[in-house]
Amino acid sequence: MIFPSRDFKVLSGFSSDLEARGVLCSPEPGTPQGRAMLTFMASDSEEEVCDERTSLMSAESPPPRCCQEARQGLEDGENAAQWRSQDSEEDLDDADRYVCSGVPGQPLGLEEELTLKYGAKHVIMLFVPVTLCMIVVVATIKSVRFYTEKNGQLIYTPFTEDTPSVGQRLLNSVLNTLIMISVIVAMTIFLVVLYKYRCYKFIHGWLIMSSLMLLFLFTYIYLGEVLKTYNVAMDYPTLFLTVWNFGAVGMVCIHWKGPLVLQQAYLIMISALMALVFIKYLPEWSAWVILGAISVYDLVAVLCPKGPLRMLVETAQERNEPIFPALIYSSAMVWTVGMAKLDPSSQGALQLPYDPEMEDSYDSFGEPSYPEVFEPPLPGSPEGELEEEEERGVKLGLGDFIFYSVLVGKAAATGSGDWNTTLACFVAILIGLCLTLLLLAVFKKALPALPISITFGLIFYFSTDNLVRPFMDTLASHQLYI
Amino acid sequence: MTAAVFFGCAFIAFGPALALYIFTIATEPLRVIFLIIGKASEGLKSINPDETAPSMRLLAYVSGLGFGIMSGVFAFVNTLSDSLGPGTVGIHGDSPQFFLNSAFMTLVIILLHVFWGIIFFDGCEKKKWSALLVVLLTHLLVSALTFISPHYGINLVSTYIIMVLMGIWAFFVAGGSCRSLKFCLLCQDKDFLLFNQRSR
Repeated sequence: MIFPSRDFKVLSGFSSDLEARGVLCSPEPGTPQGRAMLTFMASDSEEEVCDERTSLMSAESPPPRCCQEARQGLEDGENAAQWRSQDSEEDLDDADRYVCSGVPGQPLGLEEELTLKYGAKHVIMLFVPVTLCMIVVVATIKSVRFYTEKNGQLIYTPFTEDTPSVGQRLLNSVLNTLIMISVIVAMTIFLVVLYKYRCYKFIHGWLIMSSLMLLFLFTYIYLGEVLKTYNVAMDYPTLFLTVWNFGAVGMVCIHWKGPLVLQQAYLIMISALMALVFIKYLPEWSAWVILGAISVYDLVAVLCPKGPLRMLVETAQERNEPIFPALIYSSAMVWTVGMAKLDPSSQGALQLPYDPEMEDSYDSFGEPSYPEVFEPPLPGSPEGELEEEEERGVKLGLGDFIFYSVLVGKAAATGSGDWNTTLACFVAILIGLCLTLLLLAVFKKALPALPISITFGLIFYFSTDNLVRPFMDTLASHQLYI
Repeated sequence: MTAAVFFGCAFIAFGPALALYIFTIATEPLRVIFLIIGKASEGLKSINPDETAPSMRLLAYVSGLGFGIMSGVFAFVNTLSDSLGPGTVGIHGDSPQFFLNSAFMTLVIILLHVFWGIIFFDGCEKKKWSALLVVLLTHLLVSALTFISPHYGINLVSTYIIMVLMGIWAFFVAGGSCRSLKFCLLCQDKDFLLFNQRSR
């Protein structure tokens, strides 16, 4: 989810869980900024993980300052990527350059220029966490054997791929994909229904259980496997202390307050853990078909008028509420103009650097459930005050992180273990992300984040693995350079 | 083959490119995008809050570096990962300098791509077709020289000579001159010093 300004309603990305429980976003009533918090719901089985696919969300700018439309995107279900780079709302330096599109006589190019101006910075602010997540996943895949061993499958992919014939294997993978996607669609619709009937507490509790499981159980397993790989002994008390501290601080950072950098680090680690689970438990061909199907679903869910995501957005807009809290990675440049105080509602883990220049401070998505924050954060504070604090930032849903990492991790995990393929997929995803952001700036409406990146990733993976790899292998072994 | 070989070869091959990236590109988000995409779109080109629109030379440099890094990485990274694993180099009679040679070759290829990029873009802009032809031919020449490996001596030395020549040419194409070089080396370049002061 991306929203630039605090005034914007936050679109939270939400993705229904793939495995079992879905991720529920607990809608955050109140705060116009709509920080939504999303927590995972723990699933019963250890294999099931709630995965949040997030999408890039866009936020709207409030009318007074900017004529750009604010739109809340709710990402529900898989990946709704709505992203808006136009948050170039207030830039004090360029305050007078701000143009409302509705203002006659103002050159439209200026507005677009400003949009693109911040678009570049936003793109980089997304590149870094996505790259970090992928690095963690690839490093783990390449060193810890556990995640490339085949130890059963999830119940969402019941058909085995150990079949005698290629046709049978293809059929099984397609069936697995159908089951997985229908689970996702069902969870999405379930979430929409829950949201429509205002079962906020239920959703919230579900999310907390999910993140508990992720932060404690999966971390424990991961740590165990890493220690086994490097043959390092650790006694149980130390292990308990480590996992407890990690998990507790994570819960606090994610659901309550914490330093922004720490929160971002936790989100990246959670996404990496989820991606590793998927890489381990999804059979090969199913994984690729699922990736393709998820992109298509994302496209449909975001752009079709009757898509669940769209309905969520509309509902949230009607209620003038922030959308579901989702696990959203946020990196915001917060910028205040002479405002000494910050609204507590938008606090969360908001850092306050705040010189009039743009500083990259990261806004935490986690305005955790502040039940008291219902109305505009500062009671009695005029709208104008709020507008003076600007935050330009980018929020990307964790589901996007997870699926990008699954693609790159699967590329790294496959038989040949070729680095060229991995790097090609990595570059493909970054290119897709860049193009998505550009398209968003051009079209000025919500767009899904997954399709372009995943399409490029899949194309690059198959072509590099089958065409480029044998060629480069021969060249490298003979030390020929082209 | 040890960690020493791995790190040594990695830094030989990618050190300068990484330094170029860190010092010239990493601070500017627009340039990073150029690097990833390879060429800038019109929209991105026109946006730069701090300076005027990125010049063609900057674009040439960044895209040359991007192509160079990708080409170097694709050529060398698998060899590098093999150098960490167990094995003996040259056990079947090949040269034991395999990794070192590959690392130096990768380095020179990356630098050559940067210079070629600058010269090529300039040639396209000024419609100097001879420049384009020379770039193309030297590229083919360098590749052809690699065919004679494992005679590393001739291979590497001639490629480095070509790189130095290309570097000098690119320097003059990009607007440098003997005078500016002298100023730079003697730390008398007022513009550069002022620029550094300002950016602090």
